[in-house]
Amino acid sequence: MANIALDDDTAVVVIGSGAGGGTLANELCQKGIKVVVLEAGAHESAATFQNDEWGSFGQLSWLDKRTTSGSWRVARDFSGLPAWICKTVGGSTTHWAGASLRIQEHEFKALTNYGKLEGANLLDWPLTLQDLEPYYDKAENKMGVTRTNGIPGLPGNNNFKVMYDGAKKLGYKDCHTGRMAINSRKRDGRAHCRQLGFCFQGCKMDAKWSTMNSEIPKAEKTGNLDLRPKAQVVKIEHDKSGKVNAVVYADADGNLHKQKARVVCVAGNSIETPRLLLNSESGKYPDGLANSSGQVGRNYMRHMTGSVYATFDEPVHMWRGTTMAGIITDEGRHDPSRGFVGGYEMETLSLGLPFMAAFLDPGGWGRDFCRAMDNYANMAGMWLVGEDMPQETNRITVHASEKDQYGMPVPNVNFDDHPNDIAMREHAFGQGRAIYEAAGANQVYPVPPYPSTHNLGTCRMSAKAADGVANGNGQTHDIDNLFISDGSQFTTGAAENPTLTIVTLAIRQADYISRQMSLKAI
Amino acid sequence: MKQTSIEVNAPGALTRRRFLKTGSGVLMGTLMATGGTLAALAPSHTWALTMNALTDAEGDKLLKVTRAIFPHDTLDDAVYALVVKDLDGAAANDADVAKLLRAGLAELDVRASGNWVGLDYLARENIVIKMAGTDFFEKIRGTSVVSLYNNEMAWAHFGYEGSSYEMGGYFDRGFQDLNWLPDPDAGASPAKA
Repeated sequence: MANIALDDDTAVVVIGSGAGGGTLANELCQKGIKVVVLEAGAHESAATFQNDEWGSFGQLSWLDKRTTSGSWRVARDFSGLPAWICKTVGGSTTHWAGASLRIQEHEFKALTNYGKLEGANLLDWPLTLQDLEPYYDKAENKMGVTRTNGIPGLPGNNNFKVMYDGAKKLGYKDCHTGRMAINSRKRDGRAHCRQLGFCFQGCKMDAKWSTMNSEIPKAEKTGNLDLRPKAQVVKIEHDKSGKVNAVVYADADGNLHKQKARVVCVAGNSIETPRLLLNSESGKYPDGLANSSGQVGRNYMRHMTGSVYATFDEPVHMWRGTTMAGIITDEGRHDPSRGFVGGYEMETLSLGLPFMAAFLDPGGWGRDFCRAMDNYANMAGMWLVGEDMPQETNRITVHASEKDQYGMPVPNVNFDDHPNDIAMREHAFGQGRAIYEAAGANQVYPVPPYPSTHNLGTCRMSAKAADGVANGNGQTHDIDNLFISDGSQFTTGAAENPTLTIVTLAIRQADYISRQMSLKAI
Repeated sequence: MKQTSIEVNAPGALTRRRFLKTGSGVLMGTLMATGGTLAALAPSHTWALTMNALTDAEGDKLLKVTRAIFPHDTLDDAVYALVVKDLDGAAANDADVAKLLRAGLAELDVRASGNWVGLDYLARENIVIKMAGTDFFEKIRGTSVVSLYNNEMAWAHFGYEGSSYEMGGYFDRGFQDLNWLPDPDAGASPAKA
C-alpha cells in the first residue's frame, strides 16, 4: 500500500470506496496513478460480517444524523433514516444484493422516448448504450456476473420456485435466477455461493462481488493505493483559479487533516455527494462547488419501489439461499398503455424474521400484523424496482441548523412521489399479487418502500451545463478537476438496479481521467 | 440489540434470587409448551426475569400489554418477557421512561374502571387498542418490534433459522426443498455447482 503525504499534490483523491469510488480507485491504480481513498467507515471483512440482521445493520449502515421531509411514507416511519446505505470500506457493495442489469437503450433517452411529463425534469443522458457497451462488458467480467462470460446462473431457491410458478401461470416469458454478481462457480479467487441467505449483511463467503473483496485488494497490490478508513471528508477546497486542490477530512479521533490533490472524485452516494459539494461553499462558489446550474442536490431519485409478500398453505422458507437470485423482466419495457412511462423489474426478496417485523408494515401491530408474522415460514417475497421520475423539488439540501459531530450541516432529504411513480407502483402491486395468487397464495401483503437503497441523480450528467452538474464523463461542468463518480451522476434512474452501471461508468471515467492527466488537461 | 436468551433458572435458584432481591420484582413463568423447539432451548420449564426499575406486578402488567399489542396466541410468555426486560432496562436508565410506563399502566386501570389485569384477555386488548398512538403505546410497540422478534426463542417459534454460515449455509440443507410446486426449467434455474 502506498503512503501518500498530505502535502503531495500529485495524487487523485477519491472520496468513498463503494461501487463508484472503489472501482475508480482500482482502475486508476492499475494505470499507475497514485490514489488516496478517503472512506468514512471502518474496514470490515468476510470474517467480521454477521449473519444477524440488526447486528449487521449497526455494523455497516450509515447512521449519522439525517433529516427528512416530503409526503413519502419513509419520512413518517423512518424520519431519521431516509436511506439504507453503508458506511464501511466497500460502501453499499457490502450490502447490495448483486442484481446486475444493463440499462436499456431507450432508457438513456428518457426525455425523447417518454416526452415531457408535468412535474418531471426528464433529460436524455449525454451518452448512449453503444458508448457504454464495451465498458459494460468489462464490468460484467470484473464482477463475474452470472449469465455473462459463460458463467452459469445461480441455482434457484424456494422463494424463486414460487415466483417462477406464478410467472409461468401468468404467461411471463423472461423469468430466471438473474444476472447476479455472485459466484455460481469459484472465480477470481472467490468462493461460490453457499446459499447463506445473508446477502444484505455482507457476504461471509466472499461469493458476492464487492469493492471491499475485489477492487480494493487489487488496487492495494499495485502499490499505488493509500486507503484511509474512518476518514470523514468535511470539505473540498479550491485555489484562486477555481480548481479544487485539497480535501479536508476528520480521522477516527475527530482530528482534521488536509490532503492535497491533483484531481478530486466524489463518490459518497447520492446524499453525501451533493451535501459535500454544498458544504464546500466559498466566496468564489457561494452556492457550493459545481453548482452554477443550481442542480446540485436536485432530481433525487430512489427508484419506484415496493414489495409484495404472500403466504401459502405450505412452507416456503424464503430466507434460505441467495436473496435476490430471481427476476421477471417482462414489465421492464416502456409501454405507456399500462398508464405510466418507463418500466419495472420484479426480483425475489426475503427478509429475516427481525427485519420482517420492522418492514412488513412499518408502525404495524395488532391481529392482522401478527397473522402475517405467524405465517412467516410459509411466506414468499418479491421486490419491485422501476424507473422513478426526476423532480427538481426532490432534493438533498443542507440543514439550516442541525450539525453533525464535525460541525457540518446535516443533509435533509425531501421526496414526493410523482404521479407516474404511483401509477407504476399500483400496477406492480397488482402484478405481484396476481403472480402469487396464481401460485396459490392465501393472503397477499403489498409492502411500502423501505428506506432508499438506490439513491441516484443528485449531481446529474447533462449535455448542457445549465441542465446538470457533470458531463458525460462525470467531470463537473464548472471545475475541470472535480468529478462525480457514483450514482449521483445518473441523468435518469432507469428500471435496473444501478450498481452495474455505476461500476461501468467508473471504469470509463478512469480511462478519461488518465487521458486528461496525460494531456496535462487536469 | 440482540438477546439470545432470557434467564431460565431451576426452581431452587429462583427461590434464592427472590429471597435475595427485595427492592424490586422477579417476573416468573412456566413455558406453555413442554415439548418442541422452544422447550428444547430452555434448561428448565420455568423462567424468571429480575426487574431492575419496575415491580413484578408492573412487569406482569407490561407483559400483558405487550401481548395485547402483538397478540400471537401461541407465543410463549417467556418471549414477551424479553420485551419487558428491555422496557425495564430503559426505565432503569431513564426516569422519564419509568414515569411514562407507570402513568400508562395507571391509565389502563382508569379506562378499565378498576383492575385492568383482572379482565379477560379480549377486554384487556380492547382497552389497549384504544390507547394506540399514545407515547405509552408507542414506547411498547417500538420496543417490541425489535425485542419480540430478535431472539432465538421467537425464531424457533416462527420457524426462522437465524445464522447459517456456521452450518455451511443452505447449499446442502434445503434451499430448494420446496416440493409442492414443480421445479423450474434448468435454463431458468441451473443445477447447483
